[in-house]
Amino acid sequence: MTKRTDMTETKNWSGQTLVSTEHMLFEAPRTKHFMTGSEVVKEAVKRCTVDASVSYPITPQSEAAHLIGELWADGYVGAYFRGENEFGVMSEVAGCAMAGSRTVTTTSGPGTLRAMENFAMWSGTRIPVQLILMARGINSPLTIQPDNLEVSYMLETGCMIWYAENVQELFDMTVAGFTVAEKPDVHVPMVTVVDGFFVSHTREAVMLPEDDIAIQPYEPYKAPLPPIDSEMPPGRFLRDPFVMKSNYISYATHASWQFEIRSAIERSIPYAKHFLKGLVEVIGDDDAELAFIVTGTAGLQAKEAHRELAKIGIKSKVIRLKTIRPFPHAEILEAVQGVKNIFVPEFNVVGWLEKEVKQSLYKKSDADIVGGPRVGGGMSMPVEAIIAEVQEKLNAGKGA
Amino acid sequence: MANQGPAYYSPYPAATYEGIITPPEGKALLLTEVVDEEVAMREIAKKMLTSNNATIFPGPQVLYAWNDEAKKKATLIKEMAEVLNAKMIPMYDYRPKYPKINPEVEINPNHPNLTIWHNDIKAAIFIGVHCHYANVALKIVRAETDCYTTAICSLSGHEDAMATLRDQHSEELEKFIKVAKEVKAELGK
Repeated sequence: MTKRTDMTETKNWSGQTLVSTEHMLFEAPRTKHFMTGSEVVKEAVKRCTVDASVSYPITPQSEAAHLIGELWADGYVGAYFRGENEFGVMSEVAGCAMAGSRTVTTTSGPGTLRAMENFAMWSGTRIPVQLILMARGINSPLTIQPDNLEVSYMLETGCMIWYAENVQELFDMTVAGFTVAEKPDVHVPMVTVVDGFFVSHTREAVMLPEDDIAIQPYEPYKAPLPPIDSEMPPGRFLRDPFVMKSNYISYATHASWQFEIRSAIERSIPYAKHFLKGLVEVIGDDDAELAFIVTGTAGLQAKEAHRELAKIGIKSKVIRLKTIRPFPHAEILEAVQGVKNIFVPEFNVVGWLEKEVKQSLYKKSDADIVGGPRVGGGMSMPVEAIIAEVQEKLNAGKGA
Repeated sequence: MANQGPAYYSPYPAATYEGIITPPEGKALLLTEVVDEEVAMREIAKKMLTSNNATIFPGPQVLYAWNDEAKKKATLIKEMAEVLNAKMIPMYDYRPKYPKINPEVEINPNHPNLTIWHNDIKAAIFIGVHCHYANVALKIVRAETDCYTTAICSLSGHEDAMATLRDQHSEELEKFIKVAKEVKAELGK
């Protein structure tokens, strides 16, 4: 087993040269590769000096978990094992992180729901783990189709949620995700989401730095809570007295603790802006009266719709959210100035992003917000469907 | 709402809910304003020297001799207390106490208001407290007392304190003591 004591000032246990995250993301020379999202997760984890990973197979994340296992076999990841099920995995991930390990795991769909109690526990105990969530359907009948309904269940867990559009962004977000999650004033879990299959299984061009460098290791002493190891200085504390003696604590502690978790997410905003180059990506016509607000691969489809609409003389812009928690309220409000119609295309049937957008813009924007089109799994989001939604709104009663 | 004054029983809104977050590197936070570190140091010293029952709450990171830096800081904090004419009440661990704490001799992050009420503390410095517990305590103190709180933090600082200094190691504590001595002389305390 590789371990911290095998490291030097300049090299990690696998002999990779330690560099800053800024160097990894912004300065190190990159070369072009052709990879799936699963493969690029392996490449990101390989460069992140990861202490531990716990896995359980479920489509579409199984390959990513398997490939992290190969990293363990090759000596890049310190510890790797399979849990009993997703609840066990997320519990074991917590144990690894509380002991001071940089820890990563992956899951999808029903696995996310099986593990659900743990995500709120993760944030409540301030562990900076990273979950790569490859979204898939969760509804009955059992499906393995693409769908991001599961993200709506994650919204109020106290975890940060970033949403990658493509393979390249998945690599960059995974690297940055550890770093932001481990900032002492943040230090809550990072959930890095991609749309299953569309990103996890799709091979794309991706620019990667060389694999002989890796980011600096996690420093558990720079944490808002002491590690749980009972022999860990400065004293013999349990990390979770709140849980262990919850019947003795005051209402005030319970309330303050929860506000503190949400505050931690807000403190991530400057770091996220730095590493992601903004919480949102805005493309299109500055003076457009029509905007799409999207996340994940819906962004790709909305961008194509923007191009098609331009051909028929309709100006539009695409506001793609890179972060869902923290939610980019200020950036959205700025981007919709002058916009009269907002469309929120989504890969789910409930329209959770539409609800988020409406809540954010309530009494702040006069724009009409249309939730749609919605694609509830099993298919891509045809550009024609987005354009039809727009035409229906702009030509109300006259048909698309 | 990083402003002084009781918000009664709820820590809502927390400072971040009003857009106030930890200060950037090299800076400090006074209520809602990002200021130079020395400006904040002078204001903190003034508050401590002019408020009733000013108290320092040292936490586990400076109460236990777990490394050389902790030992050095502990010595400097004793000097700081003397310069600021302040008492010291330790936050020596974080476990909720049952049936109750002894507010004469300890403060606990789960009910810090009890110690502040009992000792009628009007200004306090949290130092050496792990950030999460400092933040939990600072929100409760802000909500339920009129104590002016300062957080001297070795990491990123605390926006729910009325004043916060970040990246404070022994070198910075020496600087704070120097500034406090100047303020004390100016005030004739």
